[in-house]
Amino acid sequence: MELITIILSGILIGSAVYMMLSKSVLRIIIGTALLSHGVHLMLLTMGQLKRGNIPVLDEEVSNYSDPLPQALILTAIVIAFALTAYILVLALRSYRELGTDDVEQMKGVPHDD
Amino acid sequence: MALIHLAILLPLIAAIAIGVIYRYYKRLHLGWFVLPVPLIIVIYLLTLVPRVSSNQLIYESLAIMPRIGMNFDVYIDGLGLLFAILISGIGALVVLYSIGYLSHREDLGSFYVYLLMFMSAMLGVVLNDNVLMLYLFWELTSISSFLLIAFWFMKERSLYGAQKSMLITMGGGFLMLGGFILLYIMTGTFSIREMLNQVAAIQESPLAPLAVVLILFGAFTKSAQFPFYIWLPDAMEAPTPVSAYLHSATMVKAGIYLVARLTPLFAFSELWVWIILLGGLITMAWASFNAIRKDDLKAVLAFSTVSQLGLIMSLLGLGALSVVTGANEEYFSIAVVAAVFHLINHATFKGALFMVTGIVDHEAGTRSLKKLGGLLTVMPVSFTLTLITALSMAGLPPFNGFLSKELFLEAMIHVGDANFSALADVAFIFPLLAIVGSIFTFIYSILLIYGVFFGKRTYDTPKEPHEAPALMLISPAILTVLVLVFGFFPNVLSGTIIDSAAMSIMASDTPLETHLYMWHGFANPALWATVFIVITGTLLFYFRDKWMFIYDYHKDRFTLNYLYDQGLIYSRFGSRKITDSYMSGFIRSYLVYIFLFFIVMGILTLLNTGIRISFDDMAPVGIHEMAVVLIILVSIAVILGTKSRMVSIIMLGAIGFSMSLFFVFFRAADLALTQLAIETVTTALFLVCFYHLPKNSRHQERMRFKLTNFLVSLGVALIVIIIGLTAYSNRLFDRISEFHIENVYELAAGGNMVNVILVDFRGFDTLFETLVFGIAGIGIYSLMKLRLNRKDGNNEEHAEESRI
Repeated sequence: MELITIILSGILIGSAVYMMLSKSVLRIIIGTALLSHGVHLMLLTMGQLKRGNIPVLDEEVSNYSDPLPQALILTAIVIAFALTAYILVLALRSYRELGTDDVEQMKGVPHDD
Repeated sequence: MALIHLAILLPLIAAIAIGVIYRYYKRLHLGWFVLPVPLIIVIYLLTLVPRVSSNQLIYESLAIMPRIGMNFDVYIDGLGLLFAILISGIGALVVLYSIGYLSHREDLGSFYVYLLMFMSAMLGVVLNDNVLMLYLFWELTSISSFLLIAFWFMKERSLYGAQKSMLITMGGGFLMLGGFILLYIMTGTFSIREMLNQVAAIQESPLAPLAVVLILFGAFTKSAQFPFYIWLPDAMEAPTPVSAYLHSATMVKAGIYLVARLTPLFAFSELWVWIILLGGLITMAWASFNAIRKDDLKAVLAFSTVSQLGLIMSLLGLGALSVVTGANEEYFSIAVVAAVFHLINHATFKGALFMVTGIVDHEAGTRSLKKLGGLLTVMPVSFTLTLITALSMAGLPPFNGFLSKELFLEAMIHVGDANFSALADVAFIFPLLAIVGSIFTFIYSILLIYGVFFGKRTYDTPKEPHEAPALMLISPAILTVLVLVFGFFPNVLSGTIIDSAAMSIMASDTPLETHLYMWHGFANPALWATVFIVITGTLLFYFRDKWMFIYDYHKDRFTLNYLYDQGLIYSRFGSRKITDSYMSGFIRSYLVYIFLFFIVMGILTLLNTGIRISFDDMAPVGIHEMAVVLIILVSIAVILGTKSRMVSIIMLGAIGFSMSLFFVFFRAADLALTQLAIETVTTALFLVCFYHLPKNSRHQERMRFKLTNFLVSLGVALIVIIIGLTAYSNRLFDRISEFHIENVYELAAGGNMVNVILVDFRGFDTLFETLVFGIAGIGIYSLMKLRLNRKDGNNEEHAEESRI
């Protein structure tokens, strides 16, 4: 399972990079969202998957899954959300002001390479 | 922290007070408040003279950064004390002079703050035992010199001169730091005194020549030696008190100090002796030759300063011979004495000459030799001062310049006696250069006197010249008196300070018992050299119109200044070109650089360490998990392929919800809940913005553009996968979560481990996360607000956003 999730998170991050390199603002934002998903999955995998119970203290359970990556991911999810929300609004505002959602046109010089 | 530390830092402390006084009290000239500072220091230092001259050295340590060996270790021997007295003594006279020179209208606050800063820095340079601290103070002198040259910053020439001096001296200083670090590598210490005990280690090290060259870069740039002297003439844009103080009496001698201080360390090196000896002599001859064609009085003095510094430098080169061949070599220990003596003499006569020049400039409104002339009758006191000091500079008896000049000539004539390297074979060069330099020195000294005070009155000076007020005449008068006193009674100095300074340069303990006197008898070759110089100089001066044409061959294109200017232009141009070639201004390019760097570093690391992946420790794969994986893969494919924004937003939502399913499968209940909530809000937010964003989410992209993106993202994906697998397969230490699992109830009294970690074990993390969230919220709100103010539109949407 870990092999699959690592590869999956690799694919997520790779496609996130592809999206972030494109010209359209919306695609860039989707790219950052994908990137955070990929990173979360990778983090979770590092704590080993499906080895033990939910990390809530219980008298009868001695084997818990790793709580630390989960705590880190929880923080990351929330921060990723704050980031996504902020750049979305930023994209919206810049589109309103500049009349384009092409990051290269925003600079004012055509560029294609 | 000893009293002497306080003495060094006193000007800096005073600078703060001066700044405050200047703001609130303007009735009295600020200089009067500054004057006590150097006076106190010089009196304190003079009390140390008996101790130092009886060879009791003073050492006070103050740890600043002991772990890297950077300590404020004050070490006072004859050499350091001599410089310190010069700095504070001339400093006091310059402050006094500046009270008359600078009017109330100038920005006196800045002027005196910079001047005091310089005083501290310079004292720090000459009284330090630790080379790192020495470097620190060294650069501080460059900075204060920069600020003082640019004091009249409205003038373009001032800015040019300030920049030039800073670039050259700081560049040299930086190389010098490299030399110090090499010294540390060789000896393992930053203390000069401890280095002196390890001369043998330096001698054997292959790094020694490099260290010599680097340190001499620092000394030569600071002391304006050939070919770095070009900054000094441009530094003359500074107010005259500054020129008298920094650019003739003290700062430019820092390089000389450094060479003198390190002479015992490097005297064994042929490189050291050759560079200093020849560099100094060439500087002396070349600069004095060039001084004559200058029209500006201060430019003449600047070149003359360069020339005199070269003279002292070359004497130190000879002095190194006395260290390496033994102090018994009489002529070379005389060279050291001559260097020290001339250092003092130069400070007296050149300081006075600068001040008189300032007076002429102040009273006549010009420094051009063409416009000045015949001022003898209107400025008799200034004339007297100039006459004495300029003749001293020319090396004529009975002034102090004659004494040191004779010692210099004597030492140069006897270079051939040295049993060192190939020195004896080319011995004729040294007296030749020395005599040529001295002839031109004689000519420009006479020119100074003649050009300003004799000849016809031109009457086209901007102001009607008259004698300066007494306030301005006091300082040059004191210096002129010193010229006479040191000329007639040189042994006032030799017994007290010169001997102990010379002894510290030669690192010897045997008292020198120098006795200086004017008359050495007819058999002395230096006497005949002086006679020759005076006769030739007088003839050349008299027939100067006949040979001055040779300066016309000195084309601007072949000067060092031209080289400097062009270098500056091309380095600006070149660096802009290089920067422009990769800083395109497109975010995408920067992202590509970042990702490419990531890929390259990843590949290099893998090549270095090799890939070790094991597939042993894996959890079983369930069919429902595979279904979720499939959903995510399909969604990614759709997002990458689709042109519709709606579809890509929905697919992003699908990935998010699949992630929360994963969290459920992988025993992460809190995560699943959070992800569900957040994903819902995110999708809603996307849809709100969707309404306002343009129809097409994609732009036309060329094949090459796509291919680059594809390759970069493929590379990133592969590297991430390999890193992930490697990290998973190679566990270098036990999980740190065990601590959390065991102590969750004991320490935090909670059952839900994830929660406890968030709010307790890693509480600060969460606190700052809240902060980030808050900042994002404020950012979003202000972005929306901005539009509302400008376009008064769409309250509805604002409500929507702020609710989120």
